Amino acid sequence: MRFLRNLLGLEKNPESTPVPPSAPVAPYHPRLQVGWATNVGEVRRHNEDTALTITASQDGDDAIPAFGLFVLADGMGGHQAGEVASSLAARVFAHHVVRRLYLPILINQEHDTAQPALNELLVEAVQASNRAVAGQVPGGGTTLTCALVLGPRAYIAHVGDSRAYVVTEEGLEQITHDHSLVDRLVELGQLTRDEAAIHPQKNVLYRAVGQSGFLEVDTPVRTIPRGGRLLLCSDGLWSIVSETDMARIVATASSLQAACDSLIDAANQAGGPDNVTAILVKPPVDQSA
Amino acid sequence: MKSLETHHISMPGSSTDQPPGQEQMSSEEPQAAASSKGLDTQYIAPPSQSSEQVEGRLPDGYLLQGRYRILGIRGIGGMSTVYKAQDMRFTKVTRLCAVKQMINTANDPQVRAMIKQNFEREANILASLSHPGIIQVYDFFSEGDRSYLVLEYIDGKDLEATLSETEGFLSEAQVVRWAIQVCEVLSYLHSHDPQPIVFRDIKPANIMLDSHRRIRLLDFGIAKIFQSGQKGTMIGTEGYTPQEQYRGIAEPRVDIYALGATMHHLLSKQDPRLEPPFSFHERPIHKTNPTVSRELTEIINRALEYEPNDRYGSAEEMQRALMSLESARGLSQATSFGTSAIAGGDVMAIWRFRCEDEVRSSPAVYGSIVYAGAYDNNLYAISADDGKFVWKYATEGGIASSPCVSAGRVFFGSADRLLYAINAETGRISWTCPTQGSVWSSPQVAFDHVLFGSDDRHLYAANIHSGRVAWKFETDGKVRSSPAVGNDAIYVGCEGGIVHAVDTSGQLQWRFRARRGVTSSPAITKDTLYVGCQDWHVYALDIRSGWSMWRYRTGGPVVSSPALGDGMVFIGSTDGSLYALDAESGRLVWRFATDGQVTSSPAVAEEAVYFGSVDKAIYSLDAKTGNLRWRFQTDGPVTSSPTVADGVVYVGSDDHYVYALPA
Repeated sequence: MRFLRNLLGLEKNPESTPVPPSAPVAPYHPRLQVGWATNVGEVRRHNEDTALTITASQDGDDAIPAFGLFVLADGMGGHQAGEVASSLAARVFAHHVVRRLYLPILINQEHDTAQPALNELLVEAVQASNRAVAGQVPGGGTTLTCALVLGPRAYIAHVGDSRAYVVTEEGLEQITHDHSLVDRLVELGQLTRDEAAIHPQKNVLYRAVGQSGFLEVDTPVRTIPRGGRLLLCSDGLWSIVSETDMARIVATASSLQAACDSLIDAANQAGGPDNVTAILVKPPVDQSA
Repeated sequence: MKSLETHHISMPGSSTDQPPGQEQMSSEEPQAAASSKGLDTQYIAPPSQSSEQVEGRLPDGYLLQGRYRILGIRGIGGMSTVYKAQDMRFTKVTRLCAVKQMINTANDPQVRAMIKQNFEREANILASLSHPGIIQVYDFFSEGDRSYLVLEYIDGKDLEATLSETEGFLSEAQVVRWAIQVCEVLSYLHSHDPQPIVFRDIKPANIMLDSHRRIRLLDFGIAKIFQSGQKGTMIGTEGYTPQEQYRGIAEPRVDIYALGATMHHLLSKQDPRLEPPFSFHERPIHKTNPTVSRELTEIINRALEYEPNDRYGSAEEMQRALMSLESARGLSQATSFGTSAIAGGDVMAIWRFRCEDEVRSSPAVYGSIVYAGAYDNNLYAISADDGKFVWKYATEGGIASSPCVSAGRVFFGSADRLLYAINAETGRISWTCPTQGSVWSSPQVAFDHVLFGSDDRHLYAANIHSGRVAWKFETDGKVRSSPAVGNDAIYVGCEGGIVHAVDTSGQLQWRFRARRGVTSSPAITKDTLYVGCQDWHVYALDIRSGWSMWRYRTGGPVVSSPALGDGMVFIGSTDGSLYALDAESGRLVWRFATDGQVTSSPAVAEEAVYFGSVDKAIYSLDAKTGNLRWRFQTDGPVTSSPTVADGVVYVGSDDHYVYALPA
């Protein structure tokens, strides 16, 4: 399979429409960029969050497209089950995606219908994580929020109450839905948002990885607009730092990594009651208009 | 602290045991509609985990405890494996049983001990019960590190499997009968001495129908894991669980709620695990199953009340309500909510124009002229207002290609192997472009070129003014579909089963290989390409890379081309239906069945979808709901695709006519 060639270098047929002169262009960044940080917080003794990132890019003939896999898992359960669960889930998920998607790409295998569609692949990968955690970590469970980024498009697989956002100059747009009981109660009008924030069961999830044989996985898809970012974070961040503050920190930071470090600091300064993790991704600049 | 976790196995009820590890996940399989496929997807090891990988798996033929011969695996769950086995102590007869083997792979010895204790506790509960609705336990033992439960073998099927294998809806009488039986068992459990037993996991998969059509409750919650407080109090089975159970409360009324949820699922065929929790009242049963009675709906609604105090106080109370419904049914007709079928009206044609042969292509409208090609070799120009003949151009072959109008010319292909450019006003020939095969493909104009395919397997780009071929691109089969043109690339399928992305100078960008021919013409957005294929699927491909994002399987080859609108993809299938799929996820939104193949490609305009069927009718449906707006009968199969312009639908039929209908 061939991929998008660099159109700027392509010979044009003299009879076809000439390419219009392009506007001045920022430094050419075909690569995916990522920053991430995780921290135990100010109160907990163990960090049960896991962050896993894989990025790959290539220049040259018949190059693979920029590819990124970003996984965030927030574990739970007694006896260190949380740490084990989140780590295991993240690794099993990434293993499945790399094996079924990325290895074939690297050997330039033509994409055909013998392979699963992307959404099926992501769901299979989460279900593999689910079986692994259920079988190997009794009493353990985890959220799992993953993004497969190809070009400007983010394919998300999501279970639990960690979140994925698109960050633009306008602010934060939440892509994922929290699978928490209180969120559902708010939707039903049984609770207000403020009541939900202090509800004693605000951590209760009706859906998590490692809990049962059956698992429904959400798979939203978003195209990250030009100049936009993808943010994955655990509830140790979003339930502590306001969306306005998060947007401001991302907009004013000098780099993706600096932004993540600042987000962690902001959570800790506000008390850091939980483990906190942030992954921030900037997709490659899209070459077409 | 109450434990909330339940890991459990239901006993698969299929009497034809499917050997695990032999399941194929072929790409031909329909997209898994999650749980409604019944027990197979839920508890039998999924294909990527072969049975050899199951921890401590007992091989077929193995003799456990010198007594139980293992015959095969019936089910695998997170915490245990269930085998079908034969008790060899009975030498003269075949005495079957089910052997449940605890899986205990925890590293921590404390956790291991806890799991083992839970397993024992379940065995003890079961051993102390005696009721026709509850499976019997015959034996319990440990061998080394593992624990086993020997249970009654049920030859039957659970309700989840039964539901998925039922075409249409289950009968109300049937569901009421089952619910009454479940209430009997619940009453027994709830009044158990010394402590009431709350089942906590009533759902279709845990309710089995044995060979006498009796209800048997399975699985008393193997290995409930104790949860420590703080973050991550987690929940077991989503969907059937009432809100108080999430907070650790387990009293009899949780079983009442779960039974209500089960009945709702069985009658509406909507799996509550796929819906937001506690949304039963927002999804009344009669919306999907109009045959269900008001009386039964009220009983179920009461069982599903959010507050436990508003539900039935006991299983007996609910059982009484169900039984009085049953007896009342014999005397009077239960009131029903009526059907939701909407009869569409009929429309009258504004005009119709007769050609000399079948009109299979789609008309094109430009200015006040409708251009349509017919199998009589002619391209007709017809006045849009009154259907009067303006001119016609005769080629040497049938025309199935739909014309495209641009820069004052009409472009179309013919079976005589030429692409024609005719002056749109006068009908005089401008130029032709020869190819080596029939041109059934409909051209597109972009970048000052006419793009079209030929049966000679090539995609052509011809200059719009001179007809000179700028380039041609060789594919793997006849190119009968129309190319779709994006910002910087052209997308086309071929009968060889490949979708190609070609850049504006004819260089290949990517290929996507499907299993069968792609006659359907792709529809594209900035990010996604949608196309149908004769392998029965509709595909959504990432437009930059050609990877499939999702795929949807219909009931037959797809020749129709997709139309996009309102976040949905509309496409017909030779299985007779028009489909509306969610553009992002590929999920079915609605489907409309006709009496003939739908090879016509739909057109979307102003919240309505228009298409034709081989059943000779032209349909207009509401785009959001799929409800029929109107239906127009012709005298021949309609394979042409409609074009909508200015509130008028133009479409051809095999009955030789071009019709103009009010939108």
